[in-house]
Amino acid sequence: MDVVDIARWQFGIITVYHFLFVPITIGMSAIIAAFETMWLRTGNEHYLRLTKFFGKLFLINFAIGVVTGIVQEFQFGMNWSDYSRFVGDIFGAPLAIEGLLAFFLESTFLGLWIFGWDKLPRALHAACMWIVHIGTLLSAYFILAANSWMQNPVGYEFNPDTGRAELTDFWAVMFNQVQMVTFPHTVAACYLTGGAFIAGVAFWLMVRDRTPDADRLMYRKAVRIGSAVALVAGLGVAVTGDLQGKVMTEVQPMKMAAAEALYETEAPADFSVFTLGSLDGSEEIFSIKIPNLLSYLAEGNFDAEVQGINQLREEYKQTYGEDPGAKYYSPGDYTPIIPVTYWTFRLMIGLGAVAAAGAALLLWVTRHKHLRPTGRGWVWLAVSMPLLPVAANSFGWIFTEMGRQPWAVFGLMTTATAVSPGVSVGEAWTSVITLTLVYAVLMVVEVGLMLRYIRKGADPFEEPPTPNLGEPSEEPLTFAY
Amino acid sequence: MELTTVWFSLIAVLWIGYFVLEGFDFGVGMLLPVLSRDDTERRVVINTIGPVWDGNEVWVLVAGGATFAAFPEWYATLFSGFYLPLLLILVALIVRGLAFEYRAKRDEPEWKARWDKAIFFGSLVPAVLWGVAFANIVRGVPIDADKEYVGSTLTLLNPYALLGGLTTLGLFLTHGALFLALKTDGDIRHRARALALVVGVPTAGIAVFFLTWTQLVSGALWSSAAFLAAGLALIGGLYAAWEAREGWAFMGTFAAIGLAVAGLFLALFPDVMPSTIDEAYSLTTTNAAATDYTLTIMTWVAVLFTPIVLLYQGWTYWVFRKRISVHHIPTPVLAQQGS
Repeated sequence: MDVVDIARWQFGIITVYHFLFVPITIGMSAIIAAFETMWLRTGNEHYLRLTKFFGKLFLINFAIGVVTGIVQEFQFGMNWSDYSRFVGDIFGAPLAIEGLLAFFLESTFLGLWIFGWDKLPRALHAACMWIVHIGTLLSAYFILAANSWMQNPVGYEFNPDTGRAELTDFWAVMFNQVQMVTFPHTVAACYLTGGAFIAGVAFWLMVRDRTPDADRLMYRKAVRIGSAVALVAGLGVAVTGDLQGKVMTEVQPMKMAAAEALYETEAPADFSVFTLGSLDGSEEIFSIKIPNLLSYLAEGNFDAEVQGINQLREEYKQTYGEDPGAKYYSPGDYTPIIPVTYWTFRLMIGLGAVAAAGAALLLWVTRHKHLRPTGRGWVWLAVSMPLLPVAANSFGWIFTEMGRQPWAVFGLMTTATAVSPGVSVGEAWTSVITLTLVYAVLMVVEVGLMLRYIRKGADPFEEPPTPNLGEPSEEPLTFAY
Repeated sequence: MELTTVWFSLIAVLWIGYFVLEGFDFGVGMLLPVLSRDDTERRVVINTIGPVWDGNEVWVLVAGGATFAAFPEWYATLFSGFYLPLLLILVALIVRGLAFEYRAKRDEPEWKARWDKAIFFGSLVPAVLWGVAFANIVRGVPIDADKEYVGSTLTLLNPYALLGGLTTLGLFLTHGALFLALKTDGDIRHRARALALVVGVPTAGIAVFFLTWTQLVSGALWSSAAFLAAGLALIGGLYAAWEAREGWAFMGTFAAIGLAVAGLFLALFPDVMPSTIDEAYSLTTTNAAATDYTLTIMTWVAVLFTPIVLLYQGWTYWVFRKRISVHHIPTPVLAQQGS
């Protein structure tokens, strides 16, 4: 393997890993803030107990998302320095703004939320979690704007004197048409993830034997709120995903042809639900198809023509010349690795849809107040709820990033030319091995803690101390590390 | 003033903010095994920075992002050149950040002891390596005509840079000890103040040596003024510590670190990363910068939002202004919940 391969593996590993935790953070922060607000509004102690219980799980998850995020920002310069030189004038700004607007907000107000139970007026304390949530949304906006620019570069000019892409219209980058569909799609997926996490965990606690009967009603509330969020968000993911597919067909037709493994241009084009093909994906052995659906997904019209991979390759060669990065990606110029794009696309949609269906099922099965579902099957549903959207998110990102290959910035810079020329194979290996090992250990620790705190369940109700707004008191802290 | 100069100054401000803030929480992390005698005292030490360390760390993320946006060439050369030290810093920051959050999640002494080690080494490694990195940036490193770093990791471990690492180590330890003296009460407070003097006096010597060396090799008129003021602030801070004026003492190391970092940036200007191969290859505020258009946008964002950030971050320090002592520490989280 050369530095390009190693750097790509590192980017894949640490980015997918980071994004296991991020959607849970984004989705859960909103629901926890809602629990705390409902406690303030109704005085129902269940909502306070849920706030504190899910708050603990949230913090275990948030911590690992934060620390793995630092690597994200550093690795552009470390492994992809030629990329950084080429796009820094455009790509750096959203990253810097993300730090200034979002990271300060999240870290400061989360610190206030964790330690401030006895120091802030109650409404302000709840507001801190809402502010954390706003911070996570801002962060998502700017980082997705940066990514959307890589998918569809706009608002720039290539400057031959400096040899780099330079920003000419900041607002074009902020309101990139890809961003306009990617942000809602990703955020909806985050709510689906957060909702499913809360629904799954609460449902497991609700159905298990050890849970006191009085608490089952409390967990039922969380199941229903989490499931409702997940279900609505799931519909949002579907609608925005559909829009995104149409925009992507316009700006990166190759990615969508690769998603479908559509080799030859077809009109109308069918959508294959499931295909077994030869290993390189070029031959079809068995397949289930829905007639005309792909035409609709791509163009919004059941009879439209959808371009195939072979035609697009010829077109790309006309436009961009021979593919300089061909050796890294697949034997065909300008073609992503088809089995990867084909399967990740289906797994993303399939697992996301199953999660939304699971949420609907949970709403149905918890419809009566005193119904307690029994049986192993329900435990499996509870356990898979948090995992399904997390896996779907990962496949979605693998699809959209692998589907853009061989480009780092579509049409402007190939991934092979983006890597740091000065970094040796040894250094790159050291980095990917070190980070992978550290991350693996942290995963074991994180999952262990998570399970431990889930099994413990929510603590009994305890009236929180009256906030002391005057001079600091001599009472013990309500929360301490 | 040129926008490139504005952004050079803003990046200097971000690094100053990072070192004066995270500097003390690195110090607190390193002093954890030294100053505390049992688990309750360790919790006192950790909880002095509990609500604020994460916000302090964001300064480095914004400094990194701002460098990427305002001086892409600087960001690219620096981060790909200082590869292995940065990797070490990253690993240290990862385990350290998790340690604060996870340490109290279980009550077993072995669990806590493991995270205590993570806090100690996770604070020590960046405290030294940031000094090594900044000394190398100011002194210059081998950069070729293509703006690529062509040295090795060993190039970075020269005596001058190691002295820089020792300086930041000593300054952060002193700063952390004085922060603990200011934020705790009881025994720890007195031990912390005594330790600040024990570490602070030799640190003052090392810092003077390092800053004089810097001034002689790379200094400018203004950097000498900043270094002189840094030295005076440090000595003043230590004197205040001797007089048991903890607030003034902490302000002293706060100012000393801020002024020293400001001096390093003044010594660097107008280069951002000098080349030791040929002066013509040096990265400067001009040849490493983004376009004026990008810098203008970024300036607006910075002007509008930085004051808000400073306000709410300052407010957090006010909310958590109370000194912490052993009787403030609640019973262990898990025991309290009956499991």
